[in-house]
Amino acid sequence: MSGTASTTRGTAGGTAGTESARNTAASTPVGRMRALARAELTLLGRSRGTLFAALFVPLVLPLSLYSAAGEMDLDEVGLSIGAMILPGAIGFSLLFAVYSALVGVFVTRREELVLKRLRTGELRDVEILCGASLPSLATGLVQSLVLAVGCALLLDVGAPQAVHLSVLGLLLGLVLCAALAAVTSGFTRTTESAQVTAMPVVMVSMLGSGMAVPLEVLPDRLASFCELLPLTPAVTLLRGGFTGNLSGSETLFAVATGVAWVLLAVFAVRRWFRWEPRR
Amino acid sequence: MRANENEHVIEVTDLRRVYGGGFEAVRGVSFSARRGEVFALLGTNGAGKTSTVELLEGLAVPTGGQVRIFGHDPYTDRAAVRPRTGVMLQEGGFPSDLTVLETTRMWAGSVSGARPPQEILPLVGLSGKDDVRVKQLSGGERRRLDLALALLGDPEVLFLDEPTTGLDAEGRRDTWRLVRDLRDKGTTVLLTTHYLEEAEVLADRLAIMHKGRIATTGTPAEVTAAQPSRITFELPQGYFPGDLPPLDELGVTGHDLEGRTVKLHTHELQRAATRLLVWAERTGVELKGLDVRSASLEEAFLGIAREASAHETPDQGKNITTGKEHAA
Repeated sequence: MSGTASTTRGTAGGTAGTESARNTAASTPVGRMRALARAELTLLGRSRGTLFAALFVPLVLPLSLYSAAGEMDLDEVGLSIGAMILPGAIGFSLLFAVYSALVGVFVTRREELVLKRLRTGELRDVEILCGASLPSLATGLVQSLVLAVGCALLLDVGAPQAVHLSVLGLLLGLVLCAALAAVTSGFTRTTESAQVTAMPVVMVSMLGSGMAVPLEVLPDRLASFCELLPLTPAVTLLRGGFTGNLSGSETLFAVATGVAWVLLAVFAVRRWFRWEPRR
Repeated sequence: MRANENEHVIEVTDLRRVYGGGFEAVRGVSFSARRGEVFALLGTNGAGKTSTVELLEGLAVPTGGQVRIFGHDPYTDRAAVRPRTGVMLQEGGFPSDLTVLETTRMWAGSVSGARPPQEILPLVGLSGKDDVRVKQLSGGERRRLDLALALLGDPEVLFLDEPTTGLDAEGRRDTWRLVRDLRDKGTTVLLTTHYLEEAEVLADRLAIMHKGRIATTGTPAEVTAAQPSRITFELPQGYFPGDLPPLDELGVTGHDLEGRTVKLHTHELQRAATRLLVWAERTGVELKGLDVRSASLEEAFLGIAREASAHETPDQGKNITTGKEHAA
């Protein structure tokens, strides 16, 4: 037995190809996250409650928006019915298919000690969070596209005027919802109570972030407060993308607010996310 | 496998761990383990075994002291350590709605050089369970699955936190055989257990923990040898402890009295037993329930617990140790 064969194993994971023979199949971040995401997708498919809330609710809620829209004076603020409903519907998708679903995922995995077990392996913390989030993020993304196509066909929204803003809004919303879900899970003790702890963000966003009621129809002072809520930038950018009438400074303000919330949420995750149940 | 068999792959120095509430779970623990060695941490519940092992696994930052696995800090230098270690936690952490195969596949996707699930599951006796959901597995089967995942990447160091708790006698022996095979192939195994028998048959070296400290350490033979042997009998009617021959003369280092049961501790079992029996013969009394027992790991274990409780409750009068209790 030669003593030199495997002396470089300690540097495995570095960029240079120094792995010894036994380490040829070194795991990669992408491979690790894919394995975890695949398992989470299987679990999502087996969790009927989560599946219902994630798939059904965001597709049905817009119908109620449609009847509500008829009672609002949208013409006065220059919004078509499609430009009112679609961003709101995508917002619901973010809240139910991504945010609420992920609060449940994080809490359940923590209480089952899955997160703790995963942390004993090669997955890094951020890979665990991203890998576990991927199926829900994908659900939210696909749902948003389905809603966009559906609204285009049924409500005659037309093509978005500034696609890049819509895409930016969607991405901001997805990332923020995943991060907020991780933060919320830190304050949630059991899988059952996840329904309750997710409520504040869901309610405040539905009412105040321009989903159920466009900020344009709110009194000015209330509207400028609501612009600071976490999911408002995402909805504003989504809506701006369709109407094309978002000014440069409005865009900048929305992006800055959105990014600030993402940074704040990431900080909060690092500070308050719990990997193990409280004992 | 490396050529240097004497290399310390696990080195723990003055390790401390204080929990958020101020509870000091680990209070200055030091030990090391060589390549291909099975090292057992023994202790009662709450002794600090799991708290210690979690620091070795790199799950938390020590409050004080340091851990080195292959010379690396397992917490900060995770990327260097994790591909070479396998971990089995005290309680398995698997999504209950995944099947055995799905769980193994998921884990294999995150392990460097993972062996195929079809190869690892039969090794732990889980063949034919591929499509069974984790929630439908028995406690013992879950332990086996946990062990399978810990072994997926052919680890050089294996942490097993109470690996056989919940297993039946057969499962326990299977696991022991597996651990021995791994050791023979050069795997270093650090295991915690509260089964003394397990430590006695498996461990090359062991440490008994008590209240966050290592009370005694060494090979099973060394730890046992340091412990006193024991003579137990019932005090004859009408006799008092003072009526026994002087304890020094018997070679007795300490004694307990519980009700009328006398327990003598000695490092010279033959001398003590002989003189006691000669005394009984001469006095014409019968020593009922006479039990003469040489030191065992169990004795060592109980001795440590007894010593500790003697320190805690000095006023209860149950412990009437006269001589100085032997310190390991």
